[in-house]
Order: sequence, then C-alpha cells, then structure tokens
Amino acid sequence: MSAGISSAPMQVSGSKPPSVPHVDIDPFAIDFFDDLYPAQEALREAGSVVYLDKWNVYGVARYAQVHAVLNDPQTFCSSRGVGLSDFKKEKPWRPPSLILEADPPAHTRTRAVLSKVLSPAVMKQIRDRFAAAAEAKVDELLRRRHIDAIADLAEAYPLSVFPDAMGLQQEGREHLLAYAGVVFNAFGPPNELRQTAIERSAPHQAYVAEQCQRKNLTPGGFGACIHAFSDSGEIRPDEAPLLVRSLLSAGLDTTVNGLGAAVYCLARFPDEMARLRANPSLARNAFEEAVRFESPVQTFFRTTTREVEIGGHMIGEGEKVLMFLGAANRDPRRWDEPDRYDITRKTSGHVGFGSGIHMCVGQLVARLEGEVVLAALARRGVAIEIDGPVKRRYNNTLRGLESLPITIKPA
Amino acid sequence: MTSIIFIHPDGRNVCIEANGAESAMLAATSHGIDGILAECGGNAMCATCHVYVDEAWLDRLSPMGSEEDALLDGAAAERLPNSRLSCQIQLTPELDGLVLRLPDRQV
Ligand code: HEM
Ligand code: FES
Repeated sequence: MSAGISSAPMQVSGSKPPSVPHVDIDPFAIDFFDDLYPAQEALREAGSVVYLDKWNVYGVARYAQVHAVLNDPQTFCSSRGVGLSDFKKEKPWRPPSLILEADPPAHTRTRAVLSKVLSPAVMKQIRDRFAAAAEAKVDELLRRRHIDAIADLAEAYPLSVFPDAMGLQQEGREHLLAYAGVVFNAFGPPNELRQTAIERSAPHQAYVAEQCQRKNLTPGGFGACIHAFSDSGEIRPDEAPLLVRSLLSAGLDTTVNGLGAAVYCLARFPDEMARLRANPSLARNAFEEAVRFESPVQTFFRTTTREVEIGGHMIGEGEKVLMFLGAANRDPRRWDEPDRYDITRKTSGHVGFGSGIHMCVGQLVARLEGEVVLAALARRGVAIEIDGPVKRRYNNTLRGLESLPITIKPA
Repeated sequence: MTSIIFIHPDGRNVCIEANGAESAMLAATSHGIDGILAECGGNAMCATCHVYVDEAWLDRLSPMGSEEDALLDGAAAERLPNSRLSCQIQLTPELDGLVLRLPDRQV
C-alpha cells in the first residue's frame, strides 16, 4: 500500500478545491487493516481534511475535526446513510435504521425511546446478573487454561447475557453475529467484503426480521420494552420492530470486539494487567481505555447538507465525509502518548462511542459488560499470556481479532 | 474567569478557575478533579458527572431538562433535591464562586 499524498492540482476533478490534500490510501483494504497505524498517521498529518481518491470522499482523521463533524448534525447529516452509499442516490441494502440513519426531529423521538430502554436506572437492574455471568465465565476459563480469547470469552460472554437481556428466543441465535457482520461491512464501499457479506445475508435478515416482532420477544427484555413504548404512543407500532433491529445490529458484535480489544491489550501489556489485579476497581476504565486504544468501531460517514468549511477548506453540498474515529482516538494533538495503553488514563472525550446526538445509545451496556468481565479477571488474580498465532478478522467498520489463543492462569 | 469550589466527600476543598465558557464538567475534568468521571464526554448520557449543588446556588442555575432528570434517577450515588449533572451546568460570569459537592461515587 502506498501512503502517498499529493496536492495534485492537475488531476483535481472540476469542483474539488485543489488545496485539499489528495491521499491514495484505501481505508477499507486488507493491507490497510494489517498495518493501520502508519496509515492513520499519514491521514492525520496530511491535513485537517483530506480527499480519498480511491472512493471519492472526504476524510477527517484529526480529533478536533472528527469531534466537530460529529457535533454538527445539521451540516453533516446521517439520513443519507452513515456508510459510503448515499441514500439519495442509491437504494439502501436494507430499510434504513430509524435512529442511526435518521436526523432530527425524527431521530429525537426514536432516540428518546432507546435512551429510556438502556438508561442508567435499567443498568442497575441488570448489573448483578451480568456480573454473576462474568464470574462464572472466568471460573470456567481458568479451569480450561488454554483458550481462544475471542471465541471463548469475547464472543461467549456477550452471547451469554445480551440475547437474554433482549428477550430473544433460544433458537437461531447463531445468526446474530453473522447479521451484525453484514451490517458493519455494508457501511463500507462496494469492495469484496461488502459484496460477499450482502450476497449471503438473506437468511440472517430473515431471522432478525422475525425476532423483532413483538410476539417473539420475552416480556421484561429490552425488545419488549421498546414495543411497550408503542402502547404509550411515543413510537408507532410499525416502528418498534426496526428499533429492536437496531439493538440486534449494534449491540452484540460491537461488545465482542470491545471485549476482544480489552483482553488483547491486557495480554500485550502485562504491567497494566498487574495494575488491574492490584486494583480491580480500575476495571471500568481499563475497558474504556481499550475502546479508545483499539476503537472497535473504526469509522462512520456523514453527508454534507450544505457547502461548509473544514479547517480552511470548502466542501460542497452532498459530499460524503468519512470520520476516522480510531485515528482521532490516537491523535497526539489531543492525547499524551496516544499509543500507550494506560488503564488510569483520563479517557473522557474519546470518540470510540461517537459524540453528539448519535453517540452510542448502548454505551452503558457495553461498559457494564466490559467492567464486569475485567473485574472478574482482576479479582481472580488472572495472568494472560498469548500462546499461539494472533489472527485478525476483517470488516469494513469493525476492528478486532478472529483468534487470540491465550493461557489464562492465576498470576 | 469563573471560580468553582469542589468539595470532596472527605471535606477537602478544591478551587479551580474556569475560563467561563465551558460546562462545570469540562472545567472539572480539565483541572484534574477526580470525583467527576464524565464517561460520555458531556453528552448527557451517562450520569457519571453527578454533583450536589450548594443550596445557595441552586436557584441561579438554568432549570434541568427532562433527559437530565431521568438520568439522575440512575446515578450511582443517592439522588438528592440538589442533584445535577455537571455537564449540563453551563458556566457564566454570574456563577463565579459556585460551590459543588462531589458524591462518594459515580459508578
Ligand atoms: C464497545 C461497544 C460499542 C461501540 C464501540 C459502539 C460504537 C458506537 C458508535 C461509534 C456509534 C455512533 C454512530 C454514529 O455517530 O453514526 C454508536 C451508535 C449506536 N450504538 Fe453503539 N457501540 C457499542 C455498543 C453498543 C451496544 C451494546 C448497543 C446496544 C445495546 C449499541 C447500540 C447503538 C445504537 C442503537 C446506535 C445509534 C445511536 C444513534 O444514532 O442515536 N451500541 N455506537
Ligand atoms: S458527562 Fe455523561 S451525563 Fe454528564
């Protein structure tokens, strides 16, 4: 991969202001995923805004601009899709999300409902159950000793709590991760990852559509709670299934990659694992710092609703802007020693969960899962060692591993 | 400049000088006040920036919105009549001398 950057005044197509640095990095290519950090640095250093020739979109990779774009939803809208595809020009691959791919005022209404379903008060109710499951899982893994931290922990733990918390039936749950994989690949460009994922998506889509129906959701779960808001008129009955779908799309694979990131960090930085063992109350921040450090959700797009200036460059209406959340979370302009995993870092302000009106509505669930798993590891006095080849999993939006073989034992 | 006094649960007082245009949460975190976590970065989503506003100041703050009200029900420490989310307290020169007490925990 070339990290070449040019100001390229000759090859600029018509309306593009020549001053925006053109970059010939493909941020959705396998070699980009394999060697991420030099390329992210090149994107950040090229300018406050860049033009990605490969996909004809603008990109922002510095913290200040990523934060600014996230917090100006009037100018940088979501209703034209938060992937590369512009819903104004192309039919979306599935009916758009009523929250992620919506703008105010429509977004405000659906967002209020999901905020209530996943509020701090609700977290208090599910906390003990989630914590007990984490303790049991860590005990089981300590007995087994040689495990794959992805399949046996990062996937197994969320799968043991989240589908139940949603109120899903037992059958067919194997579709959940596969469906989420499609959703997050589909935000990317029409590359092989996206095309293959969508081609194979029909059975997963059918499963999810069915599970979103009220009759299939156990009372008391998040899913049934969403439907209950259609009784009080805050949403229409036909909107409820699509809001359930949002949690099924975004609530599982993200935490799998968040937990995977945290274990991968603690395995690579044993001094930080030692600090965590010494002080298990650092578990929550150790997870948060892993979300900053690895940024399991790497990118999202916005579309400009008007001509707008970013860092001194004019950008026209109807342009896609790619926000590099992961690059912003390692921008040295914002973070001291950004490439250091530090479980006592003041992480407030990182954009791993986004920022502004679309900031992750499930962030409290994610933090709860991360906290209880890391606290269980810390309280059992666990040491983690990588004991086999680490394999990366490729997805256009999610960053994480396919396999992380570890030995887990008392320190 | 707006000075704010934070009182820790152990009675320790810390006075900081805010530049005046930010939220009380941002002023606290940028001055290293430990008792404010602010996990959501000020987006009114986490309730980990909970403070108890000194009674003398309570009426001088702008009223709380319904989101803040709902979030406070889920705060880790006990909710009291003077509970607020510090990310929703916009500092103004009139708030010079504001006194905020920190709860014993945020999660
Ligand atoms: C470590 C785990 C997670 C990460 C890194 C993450 C990341 C994100 C990010 C970056 C956004 C912003 C999207 C945008 O600005 O366009 C977002 C939104 C969202 N997330 Fe998460 N998320 C996680 C876990 C969860 C969980 C557990 C749920 C559900 C229970 C969830 C549900 C959602 C939903 C529904 C939205 C759309 C919110 C809106 O548009 O207002 N996420 N997430
Ligand atoms: S910082 Fe999260 S609610 Fe105030």
